[in-house]
Amino acid sequence: MTLRAVQALLEARTVAGQRFLDEVTIETAGAADLMSDVLAYSRSGTLLLTGLASAQSLSTADIADMKAIIYVRGKQPPAEVVAQAEARGIPLLCTTLGMFECCGRLYQAGVKDDGDASLRR
Amino acid sequence: MPACDAEGTGKPLLRQGYAVQGGDFLAGGTVSTRIKDLLKEIGLSPALIRRAAICCYEAEMNVVMYARQGTMTVEIHPRELVIRVEDEGPGIPDVELAMQEGYSTATDFMRSRGFGAGMGLPNIRRNADLLEIESVVGRGTSLRAVIRLV
Ligand SMILES: Nc1ncnc2c1ncn2[C@@H]1O[C@H](COP(=O)(O)OP(=O)(O)O)[C@@H](O)[C@H]1O
Ligand SMILES: [Mg+2]
Repeated sequence: MTLRAVQALLEARTVAGQRFLDEVTIETAGAADLMSDVLAYSRSGTLLLTGLASAQSLSTADIADMKAIIYVRGKQPPAEVVAQAEARGIPLLCTTLGMFECCGRLYQAGVKDDGDASLRR
Repeated sequence: MPACDAEGTGKPLLRQGYAVQGGDFLAGGTVSTRIKDLLKEIGLSPALIRRAAICCYEAEMNVVMYARQGTMTVEIHPRELVIRVEDEGPGIPDVELAMQEGYSTATDFMRSRGFGAGMGLPNIRRNADLLEIESVVGRGTSLRAVIRLV
């Protein structure tokens, strides 16, 4: 599904990368607040859902080749992070929905887990 | 003498160094992002770039979290990429213990920044073909990760 469809599904507001909403498509997603877990277990090209709005959420998405970030529970990334995301071409979306609700809606819409199960014990 | 041996100790084709500031969480990750851009320019495969970038980023965040300051150097050799991170900081008393998944001395503040799962060094080991860490308590830590390109 397109990122625009994700935005509608999660009742989200796009704060960076508006121009990519129709072009980016999402097949897999992962949810985490610990960035090392994202770096350890996720594959590239996925959607990151997080309640962590620090600069590290963006650098993690950038380093791990993620397509976009959804900030859940009303979390807002600081202005510096928004500006950097805009420059790096990584869309940022914010929703007041909780993590569970977001994951549930995406799963129901056919989005799959981003994890590389072979990396987990 | 060969131009380069299997562990990237010869003269590199390219070397680029960056300063990493301890305690600066807002900038934490920017050096690794720049290195990632450099590797992209060079034309390495996305999979190799991702592995190298993860190594850089975890090592950079360790300097940000635990050390006063450090330098990160990336070297491109004909057959491998070498990442060197040297810091001035408290050092690691027990490197073997620090390498274990889940071992962490991170504070709640660091965890609120998304790090401190004790997965950083294991992540580097997983993504590198070779990882060496030398540390002197009270002085600092030096880390060398090698990724084979061919
Ligand atoms: N550069 C460093 N200087 C001092 N201590 C470090 C450094 N890097 C790692 N450590 C120590 O090793 C532990 C494990 O590191 P790591 O695997 O990256 O996990 P985390 O950073 O999540 O704690 C850290 O909690 C810290 O005690
Ligand atoms: Mg770490």
